[in-house]
Amino acid sequence: MIHFVVHDEHDSVGVVVVEGVKAGDRLNGWIMDQDKEIHIKAMSDIPIGHKLAIKPLENGATVIKYGVDIGKTIAPIKVGEHTHVQNLRTKRW
Amino acid sequence: MDLGKASFWGYKRENGRVGVRNHVLILPVDDLSNAAAEAVANNIKGTLAIPHPYGRLQFGADLELHFRTLIGTGQNPNVSAVVVICIEDQWAKKVADAIATTGKPVAYFGIEQHGDHDTIMRASKKAKEFVQWASELRREERPLRDLWVSTKCGESDTTSGCGANPTVGNAFDKLYDHGVTMCFGETTELTGGEHLVAARCRTDEVRKKFQFMFDRYQAVVEAHKTSDLRDSQPTKGNIAGGLTTIEEKALGNIQKIGRKCVIDGVLDKHEVPTGPGLWFIDSSSAAAEMVTLCAAAGYTVHFFPTGQGNVIGNPILPVIKLCANPRTVRTMSEHIDVDVSGLLRKEMSPDQAGDALLECMFRTANGRLTAAVALGHREFVLTRLYESA
Repeated sequence: MIHFVVHDEHDSVGVVVVEGVKAGDRLNGWIMDQDKEIHIKAMSDIPIGHKLAIKPLENGATVIKYGVDIGKTIAPIKVGEHTHVQNLRTKRW
Repeated sequence: MDLGKASFWGYKRENGRVGVRNHVLILPVDDLSNAAAEAVANNIKGTLAIPHPYGRLQFGADLELHFRTLIGTGQNPNVSAVVVICIEDQWAKKVADAIATTGKPVAYFGIEQHGDHDTIMRASKKAKEFVQWASELRREERPLRDLWVSTKCGESDTTSGCGANPTVGNAFDKLYDHGVTMCFGETTELTGGEHLVAARCRTDEVRKKFQFMFDRYQAVVEAHKTSDLRDSQPTKGNIAGGLTTIEEKALGNIQKIGRKCVIDGVLDKHEVPTGPGLWFIDSSSAAAEMVTLCAAAGYTVHFFPTGQGNVIGNPILPVIKLCANPRTVRTMSEHIDVDVSGLLRKEMSPDQAGDALLECMFRTANGRLTAAVALGHREFVLTRLYESA
């Protein structure tokens, strides 16, 4: 069963595609562009559609999704941690 | 899906364009004419009034866009005939004359010095004539290239970027090879991915025009913003769905133009395509505004991917909704025409998802009512450029 998907293997984050992910769950990920599998332990409860970090991210780090810059972190983020408005911000506007 | 000899059943109009619907439109030019237009549509069954709140004391480019959007809507081949109603006779005539250049039947009525009662009676008599005439028009088999297909996504979430939008992209790549006229837009929702769009433009001239439109819209945001737009772009619905930044939303958005097709031209909000291929239309990212502009530009079928469940429709342009979010497909099933949630479970390939959308496109073109139409969604929203005088 696939719990999260990743666009590209160089991305920093994946997207949870099932409901009810809880902290501590062992998650199966599918990297779509390279058709590979990865496995990560969730560090937070993560709603469907929300992101989790698949690489450790320092405060101020650029976050990559689709192989492209989608903003910068405003707090350090651990692998498996919920990545959203509380720790990621736009670089635009 | 082999599209080589694909065809659909449409209404060939007087100017050669082909529609997939046969609406007799009751078109108010201004807010004051809504009551009469709706009364006519109530009197004469099978006609369609499209009320809206604007048209008085607009000026300059904003007025031109207002006229152009009304005229383009009337000219759309999904419309067989039009009754134009305006408080003032002269502007009714201006709009009617422009629609009539397509060759379709058009009549116009001014309210001043007649009043609503007399206007409604005169316009109803004409509308009855038009609707009975239109009811005898027959669909004929037409090649795929006669279809014009637009796209815009709404209430997107992260599943839009990995499921529903790439499905549109897959379908667009396939349609592009067969001379279909297509478009996308949503200028501010390319922010963070504009370089990827620019790289897909066919010529330097097209790229320059795209960059001009993009920069012009960024200047509007810069001039009026009071924050980093964190509260409106991404929207609350986008954020609830897991999208965090405008860059992330834009990169998901851009999946709709596929991987192969090239941007052949760029249109301002009042312009129409002059040939087949993929066009960028400078437009708001608000769903109803953008889809209204697509209808006014002459598009006849629309692909609308959603994540969290935007419920939009349009009066004359069938809006086909697709969704890859399994929760939305479950909780809002009445709004979804094509379920591509299997993509995220690896039960469906991108190619199969694209084909499922194309199959729904052909069925819709041939007459199937979309979920939005069945549910009564006919949002007609005019884009404003600035305040009235």
